[in-house]
Amino acid sequence: MDANFWIIQIFNGVSYGALLFLVGSGLSLIFGVMRIVNLAHGSYFILGGYIAISVIATTGSWVLSVPVAALAVAILGLLMERVFLRPLGFDPLRQVLLTVGFSFIFQQAALDIWGGNNMDIAPPAVLKNSILVGGVYLPAYRIFMIALAAAIGLVLWLFLEKTRIGAAVRATVDDAQMARGIGIDTNRISMFIFALGASLAAIGGVIGGAFLGIYPGLDFEVLPVAFAVVIIGGMGSLGGAAIGALLVGIADDFGRALFPELAYFSLYAPMVVMLAVKPTGLFGRD
Amino acid sequence: MTRAINILTLVVLLAVFAVLVPYTGSFGILLSTRILVFAILAMSLDILLGYTGLASMGHAAYLGIGAYLAAILASKYHFGLDWTFWLVVVFGTLLGAAAAAFFGLFAIRATGVYFIMITLALSQCVWGLAYRWNSLTGGDNGINILRRPSVGIQLSNNVTFFYLVLAFFAASLLILYVLVRSPFGRSLKGIREREVRMGILGYNVWLHKYIAFVIAGGFGGLAGVLWAHTNGIVTPEDVNITTSVDALLVVVLGGAGTLVGSLIGSAVVLVLREYLSALVPWWQYVLGAVYVLTIFYLPTGLMGISKRIRQILAKSSKESVALLPSGPLGSTGR
Repeated sequence: MDANFWIIQIFNGVSYGALLFLVGSGLSLIFGVMRIVNLAHGSYFILGGYIAISVIATTGSWVLSVPVAALAVAILGLLMERVFLRPLGFDPLRQVLLTVGFSFIFQQAALDIWGGNNMDIAPPAVLKNSILVGGVYLPAYRIFMIALAAAIGLVLWLFLEKTRIGAAVRATVDDAQMARGIGIDTNRISMFIFALGASLAAIGGVIGGAFLGIYPGLDFEVLPVAFAVVIIGGMGSLGGAAIGALLVGIADDFGRALFPELAYFSLYAPMVVMLAVKPTGLFGRD
Repeated sequence: MTRAINILTLVVLLAVFAVLVPYTGSFGILLSTRILVFAILAMSLDILLGYTGLASMGHAAYLGIGAYLAAILASKYHFGLDWTFWLVVVFGTLLGAAAAAFFGLFAIRATGVYFIMITLALSQCVWGLAYRWNSLTGGDNGINILRRPSVGIQLSNNVTFFYLVLAFFAASLLILYVLVRSPFGRSLKGIREREVRMGILGYNVWLHKYIAFVIAGGFGGLAGVLWAHTNGIVTPEDVNITTSVDALLVVVLGGAGTLVGSLIGSAVVLVLREYLSALVPWWQYVLGAVYVLTIFYLPTGLMGISKRIRQILAKSSKESVALLPSGPLGSTGR
């Protein structure tokens, strides 16, 4: 194990973390604003990937597939939130069962529309090369993933910290009742955040589809990892989601490389410890 | 009086079930066996969800622990294939309880959504080991058990095995029924309804929850041992989120806090998963719809239907205020 081994492992971990940030930040925002435990979030990821495959098949444009998938899944999430989750009120158990029911329905729909084979999303040719960085060849696609996640994270941060709506969102996360009291329309904030979270997961699906593939069952593989990110970072915190995603990404990568038999255990055991010691996560607030 | 009638009805129904199942063909017998085993798992979850108000989203962990124990002992050490099967049943129950005793140290302090998350994380740890610890668990392929035990009687006969599982189900139901009617069970209900008040009254809330958690784990482990021998194979699928969530649905669909509701819920869910899936390709729409409709239209489950109808009738005829359904799904005042 020389220095190159460590550089490549850390690089892989960070790039996987970049993908996890896209999935986890949406889940975290949705929980923070609306206290909804959304088990259909993995479905948004996989549907994003599938929709991108269709867009690429018809138009041939990978660049176009990202916004189309994000928009389509955002609308889907919006409908789910408006029609089903909002009337349900706050009860974690019922939210869990309802959203799982939806994920089964989405699973079947994806199977009917796209079939059961493992599909691949081909990124543009430019991103298929490797780039020499400091004596190590790194795949351009993974560098692109990190850059994209960083860019999206930055935009989200600017939006949450520097705009009026962002301030309203943060107020809703902190104390929804108080926010309503001072005239913030939390109802519309919730709607907006749910759509945003769903579309972030969909973008994750398009981006991640290129190296994970898109296949039935991927939704329930991504989901618990996304929860690990959210729990470790702290529900409702963007910075927490970023740190959580990096930690989980690197832990997962080192786990696979160093002790493969304990790979997933080493991912979820920290989640247990975090919940037991500090349930609100590294950056969450009560 | 109504309680005696209810118990009598249940005994008669189980007897009818026991007599009819052998005529349903090998598929029907095996499906009925699986329904009973999953009902044991669901009943143990009902102790947490229905009686203590703890929504555990990781109950598949105990099913997996019991199942992998039975499978590993049988395939690697040829242990548990003769009279030692009874020992494996005991070990499986104890190991399930021991795992719950360990997990409970982390989980019991958490409440609400955090309890859901920590039980999910704990069961994902078990799933991770089952999935990746190839040398012990066979990884993705799981472990095959080549034959069922022969304990004086041949359990490889599906009908005989069905009766054995039915006996385990009846015994579990009886034990858990006695448990929930005991003073301890009443205290659990008290904790479900008003945790803070129970604490003020001097009950050790943490310990009550912890003991309920351990008991539920024990019966989960028992279900696991039977599950392994019913299917003849144990895979990581038995420990994944879907199995845990299915168990939750079975309890809620049957009626949380009723114990026997688990049998009805288990029948509905497993018939959908096993029978309908063999019949039509679009069965998952039905399963998803059952989840969604249960949440919106059956908050008290199938067992609660007659009660709700009576309430509605009483309300419309006398305009009196009907009691709202209580229980973990009815009371959202948290």
